[in-house]
Amino acid sequence: MSKAVAHADHGHADAQHAHHPALQHHFDTMAQQKEAAVIGMWVFLLTEILFFGGLFVAYMIYRVWYFDAFAEASRSLDLFWGGLNTAVLIFSSLTMALAVRAAQTNKRKATVNWLILTMILGCVFLGVKVVEYADKFEHHHVPGPNYVWAEPGHEAAPGSEHANLSLTPAQLQNTTQIYFSLYFTMTGLHALHMIIGVGLMLVITWMAWKGKFDAEYYTPVEMSGLYWHFVDIVWIFLFPLLYLVERP
Amino acid sequence: MLDKLKIPEHHYLNNGHGLKSWLLTKDHKRIAIMYLISISVMFLLGGLFAMGIRLELATPQGDFVSADTYNKFFTMHGVIMVFFFLIPSIPAVLGNFLIPPMIGAKDLAFPRINLLSLYIYWIGGIFTLGAMLLGGVDTGWTFYTPYSSAASNTHIIPTALGIFIAGFSSILTGLNFIVTIHRMRAPGMTWFRLPLFVWAHYATSLIQVLGTPVIAITIVMLFVERAFGFGIFDPTRGGDPVLFQHLFWFYSHPAVYIMILPALGVMSELISTFSKKMIFGYSFVAFSSLAIAIFGFIVWAHHMFVAGISTYAAMVFSFLSFSVAIPSAVKVFNWTATLYKGAISFETPMLYAYGFMGLFLIGGLTGLFLATLGMDIHLHDTYFVVAHFHYIMVGGAIMGYMGGLHYWWPKMTGRMYSEFFSRIAAILVFVGFNLTFLPQFIVGYVGMPRRYHSYPDEMQVLNVLSSAGASVLGLGYALPVIYLLWSLKRGAVAGPNPFGASTLEWTMQSPPLTENFVEVPIVTSEPYEYEHVVAKEKHLV
Repeated sequence: MSKAVAHADHGHADAQHAHHPALQHHFDTMAQQKEAAVIGMWVFLLTEILFFGGLFVAYMIYRVWYFDAFAEASRSLDLFWGGLNTAVLIFSSLTMALAVRAAQTNKRKATVNWLILTMILGCVFLGVKVVEYADKFEHHHVPGPNYVWAEPGHEAAPGSEHANLSLTPAQLQNTTQIYFSLYFTMTGLHALHMIIGVGLMLVITWMAWKGKFDAEYYTPVEMSGLYWHFVDIVWIFLFPLLYLVERP
Repeated sequence: MLDKLKIPEHHYLNNGHGLKSWLLTKDHKRIAIMYLISISVMFLLGGLFAMGIRLELATPQGDFVSADTYNKFFTMHGVIMVFFFLIPSIPAVLGNFLIPPMIGAKDLAFPRINLLSLYIYWIGGIFTLGAMLLGGVDTGWTFYTPYSSAASNTHIIPTALGIFIAGFSSILTGLNFIVTIHRMRAPGMTWFRLPLFVWAHYATSLIQVLGTPVIAITIVMLFVERAFGFGIFDPTRGGDPVLFQHLFWFYSHPAVYIMILPALGVMSELISTFSKKMIFGYSFVAFSSLAIAIFGFIVWAHHMFVAGISTYAAMVFSFLSFSVAIPSAVKVFNWTATLYKGAISFETPMLYAYGFMGLFLIGGLTGLFLATLGMDIHLHDTYFVVAHFHYIMVGGAIMGYMGGLHYWWPKMTGRMYSEFFSRIAAILVFVGFNLTFLPQFIVGYVGMPRRYHSYPDEMQVLNVLSSAGASVLGLGYALPVIYLLWSLKRGAVAGPNPFGASTLEWTMQSPPLTENFVEVPIVTSEPYEYEHVVAKEKHLV
């Protein structure tokens, strides 16, 4: 019993010693508050994995069923834009990590700069996505009543090495639509997450500019970082699944 | 001793007045009270639709409402009761109120997220109720494709969006509980000193966090299909409508455990308190909650035995469904062993607990009928299924919720309700419930399908019994509204621990302070030790 009391006193003393302005009333220490935030964020990311997981399951099933159509439709995506976006996102993960590091080491200006650079890269990604989507609209590759399956390039005209003889045009018309349904839902949701991420970062940048963060309290920067890396990793899976089904 | 008891001068209910002090509160107790009011309104609405269903089924001809209206009735009944009443019921009201004090914390880890979850729940409710006002939905609460994606011309998008939004409220509640239980425990509150109510909520939270996003993405896929003509579930384009069922039940079967697990947690508290005995096999009861949560995720396809899934898959899912019976039975046996030679008393919460044990047993055992492959082909989509899951959801979850609400009502409000009327209500609920749903087992077994607004004449007797039972049940639920509200002003002052319970929340004053405890408690004993409680009570006198 006496031991327990001593322990509690110790905890109390800690709480008084570390009275940071960002400490909320129901936490004892900044360390406890930060741990709670980190666990909370990881649990949230777990829900995000399950959220995208449903789409990956659908993708997996249809890819096995309609592999040829998926390969065919996948070849109509532009590898240049997809590759560029992958590079942009990986680079933005680096700048995000550097922003967290800067916040951790009390470098206010560097934090703001890295965050702004991350946001710019996020916007570049979204811009490229707009170009790609516009291309899909142009070629009637958006699933729905106006969908028409036709190879956008001329190198894959009927009779060429890529044309798949095992599928009739009607089958291709139907099953490539499933591919594009998944393409738009998956990349659309991913882009939505990117937009939310950029929005989050606007707030965090403003907070960093106001000097709200220091070595003891930079949790929001780290949480946005975790979120941003997660969105990045989703793309790392989306890119090969959607762009590289069967490339020569 | 009675005149010594007074409502304390300061408590969470009078700490701040006016609507703003409630709408902007970060106090988990006030948020719980607002949830209580919100879900009670939803329960009333869902109950009204149930009344419509039972009125229609009182006669064999479809004479009360048209078939289309009837479809909307049972859909709205299911949607409201499942997503807006049962899923938030115990976690968002009792869990929200009790988890911090039970573990010796001042609040949940994320009080603002807690408030946010309530607002999200309201926004989801507005969408779904708005869809109801526009004309409702007729797909059933399961939204099976391709009917929901291509055929039905009712308001599926706003209803489904409402469920999508409310799902985030459920996720945030679960997330908050997980972090709180991990990081906010008082000194000395080890994992195996947690009340079993907290263990049950931990298991529930895992399901909320892992399952809910799957229904969210399923609704997104349904949305893009219905709104933009995408083809993920469209059989004319090679899509698979059964995939929708898989994804839907991947959440919606575990969702049953979101409803029942917290009730199982309430039961452990009630059984121990009202038999004044340490729970038998604490760690088995604790781990059986986790086992139910895990098993719950791998049995979903037992809803789809007649949907054309492979026989071998069906055999595996049948076997796994049987295995859920093991942790469930562990709990029931352990409660029974706890009661053995206990000092049992029969206050209202304990009446609900007894009712729960009987009804949960019947609900669970009939679940085994349905998990049996051959039997399920006969019983699928009949009233047998309806009776089975109502025994679990109403006989189990709502009995647990009512028992818990009565048990902690004095803690929440500081006052006792009328013991006489509350016992009558508990008995009405038990009798009314059985009268409603026992006949449905029989009528389902002889072949009455669910979701039809007319039926053959020879089934009328059983259906009339069921409708009569529903009226008794309705009375049993209406009565508490009256005497609980009455108790707010006129009830006897309860004092901190009216039932002589041993867990930490009963050491707070009733109603509690905003910060729960005057100073951070230090826990030195197991949760269900009654010796020191009895000693303290004597000391008080």
